[in-house]
Amino acid sequence: MTSRELSLDDIEALAVGAWILGTGGGGSPYLGLLNMRGLYAKGHRVELMPPEALQDDDWVAAVSNMGAPLVGQERLTDSRTIARAVALMEEHRGVAFRAIMALEIGGGNSIQPLMAAAHLGRPVVDADMMGRAYPEAQMTSVAVGDLRPYPLTTVDCRGLESIVEKVPSWKWMERVSRKICVEYGSIASTCKAPRTGREVKDWAIHGTTTKAIAIGRAVREAQSQHRDPVEAILSVEPGKVLFRGKVVDVDRRTTEGFLRGKAAIAGIDHDRGAKLVLDFQNEWIVAWRDGEPIATSPDLICVLDSVAGEAVGTETIRYGQRVTVIALRPPAVFTSAKGLLHVGPRAFGYDIEYRPVFA
Amino acid sequence: MRRIGIDVGGTNTDAVLIEEGRVRAAVKAPTSLDVTSGILDALRRLSATGVVGAAPVDAVMIGTTHFINAVVQRRWLSKVGAIRIGLPASASLPPFCDWPQDLARVVEGTVEMVEGGHDYDGRIFMPLDRAAMREAARRIRDKGVRSVAISSIFSPLDSSHERETAAIVAEEIPGCAITCSADLGRIGLLERENAALLNAALSDLAGTTVAAFEQAIMDSGLSAPLYITQNDGTVAAASQAMQLPVYSFASGATNSMRGAAYLSGIADAVVVDVGGTTTDVGQIRNGFPREANAIVKVGGVRTLFRMPDLLSFGLGGGSHVSLDPVTVGPLSVGYRLISDGVAFGGRELTASDIGIAAGLLDIGDRTKVGHLGDATCQAVLDHVRSMVEENVDRVKTEAADVTLLAVGGGAFLVPDRLEGVSEVVRVAHGDCANAVGAAIAQVSGEVDQVFRDMGREAAITAAQELAAQRAAAAGADRETLTVIETEDIPIAYLPGNARRIRVRCIGDVSSR
Repeated sequence: MTSRELSLDDIEALAVGAWILGTGGGGSPYLGLLNMRGLYAKGHRVELMPPEALQDDDWVAAVSNMGAPLVGQERLTDSRTIARAVALMEEHRGVAFRAIMALEIGGGNSIQPLMAAAHLGRPVVDADMMGRAYPEAQMTSVAVGDLRPYPLTTVDCRGLESIVEKVPSWKWMERVSRKICVEYGSIASTCKAPRTGREVKDWAIHGTTTKAIAIGRAVREAQSQHRDPVEAILSVEPGKVLFRGKVVDVDRRTTEGFLRGKAAIAGIDHDRGAKLVLDFQNEWIVAWRDGEPIATSPDLICVLDSVAGEAVGTETIRYGQRVTVIALRPPAVFTSAKGLLHVGPRAFGYDIEYRPVFA
Repeated sequence: MRRIGIDVGGTNTDAVLIEEGRVRAAVKAPTSLDVTSGILDALRRLSATGVVGAAPVDAVMIGTTHFINAVVQRRWLSKVGAIRIGLPASASLPPFCDWPQDLARVVEGTVEMVEGGHDYDGRIFMPLDRAAMREAARRIRDKGVRSVAISSIFSPLDSSHERETAAIVAEEIPGCAITCSADLGRIGLLERENAALLNAALSDLAGTTVAAFEQAIMDSGLSAPLYITQNDGTVAAASQAMQLPVYSFASGATNSMRGAAYLSGIADAVVVDVGGTTTDVGQIRNGFPREANAIVKVGGVRTLFRMPDLLSFGLGGGSHVSLDPVTVGPLSVGYRLISDGVAFGGRELTASDIGIAAGLLDIGDRTKVGHLGDATCQAVLDHVRSMVEENVDRVKTEAADVTLLAVGGGAFLVPDRLEGVSEVVRVAHGDCANAVGAAIAQVSGEVDQVFRDMGREAAITAAQELAAQRAAAAGADRETLTVIETEDIPIAYLPGNARRIRVRCIGDVSSR
């Protein structure tokens, strides 16, 4: 595997694929994509490097934007803010990052490392720490690996910069950084604890940028050729159709800063007569077919528009939509006993065992 | 109360006279390229029925697709100066950044970005940089741009920075047309700003169009005030409507839905309006169309403002029909139905030909479609049924069966029995429901702002009074005003018991 330059077409596809890997959450990549179109128009280019190309003692920056989606719709994401969070970490630690990577490949955070990379002239590592979207800091592969959770930099475009120097656990990092973010106005660009090349090779989830691009490209090509986009996704990514149907009920509420609820889908075609209920907490967490759990986190549950093949989010799903629910394979790190403590059904309050769709 | 309602559609301009709530006369005239002569034609045809001159007319209400067509066709648009308040945020995504290039080339005059704006909790994001704003206004003036759109971060929660900016611009550029995004939109800076930019681009056209409409009314011998119908099913006095032309973008479909509700006496239903080329499906609640809560693209521009939640698909009286396999639409002969349809001696098999052969429609020459057997007609009508069923279901928000109101010239295509529908209702004058909807429209006034330093009751009373003043300014009779919506949200972070209050009231058009 060698490094390659990402084309704008790759990034357009990444936005579509990352939204699907967002498993219902992660926020729309639209504004990040607009930033990248602007940067590419100005001549910036971003290189994608395989994790194996890192030296063990290289330093890698892991980035994400945190905060309320509502605020992100008014304070539009600016590529320079995430670049500043990375530069601040370099100043603070006195190291130079070899490359930049995503914390979360699902949703809008898939584009954040590209924006920082374009400004700083570094490559993006083809990897992330979730393989999808998850709501909290301890729901990552590096947290499962008990890697060091600190320090963390947070930046607000008005020149507000803070560093969380030390915390005893990932859960404490979640609590403290969330407080800073709220004080900024509920949005902050963050650079997470720096990772060594060795750590990225051992604990990051590899190839996820390439995976998101492949999924997005499959959907876009199917759309332009009027082929079945769901079939196109499954031709590039091993997965399984769980259910086809029509949304018949959505119950949504905001509690403790999370969007929680259920969406009910009545089956059509092969699933006529059956009902699928999807529970969500920002992302799709459990799928119940006629009362029986048939898929749970960490398996990726993706809800797709049956015609367009694009992701349907937990914030936007509504009565009458024709959807296809698919499951994609989870990163291996999350299916271990330790991994399931972080992101298995019990981590979301469900007293059920994880039974893999792909046994 | 005697009113004339006019709906200018893509093919026909419909006009009705309503007297004491009843349709006295209804006519159709072809829509003209300049819109106005078609309106004059329709008014003359209406006069020719003999009922108009019997007594004075209280008001003329016009619904038009003229403004949305201008955006779609990139015609008659003004250059706009965009002012975005909100630096240092959002600078990498300036105004016009997600517009189609061809439209941006026509509309983009100049872009200015200045420090200022608010946070989601009402706190100030950055103080407004007034000195920089004055310099920005002067640069816009020096470029000769005479229409300005102003947007600011979280202005739907606190519009004070946009208002101050508007005052500065008015001082520096006398006679400038000014649109504030807070008057249009919801949360979502880019989409709200886009709506404001489109509105500003239509400022010249709105002025000349309204003046031409008023001239047409005078030329037809009427002396009645002009109102323009809005996306939400209300009207605004012409002078006010020309400030916010984007609010009339979807008034045609809205008028059909309102007219259908009025003519049937049913206030909660799904309305299916089958035209010559397309069918619009929407839902009415309490007689008003349900609003879209999602991004609506206009001429390729993403916007988010008060628009009805509509679904359009390619089915109409002029839709092309092929038989093996059966397909209907989306291509249509449109207004050429009466020359190109088989029943009229033409060669294009249309949905109307099927309707004529099946005895659902009595126009043209039925013998010319006699070769279409029952089985053929049934196969096509079954196909149409499933198209209608699927789209009605997509518009519904819950699973229960609904009442369906079928209107428009192609309403014969809607079958009497449909899955998910309890009853299909057809009404007299259903083919001019759009003009009826215009004629019966009321006037609304809306307030959506943050009130401070007063109790909840006092704040709501103040908001209701402000909404009533705005309704009166738009032409409402104060005696008839009722509040139809009140919503208040406390804002935790602000001192002084701050709350955001949204009030909407509605009343009859005042008679002179």
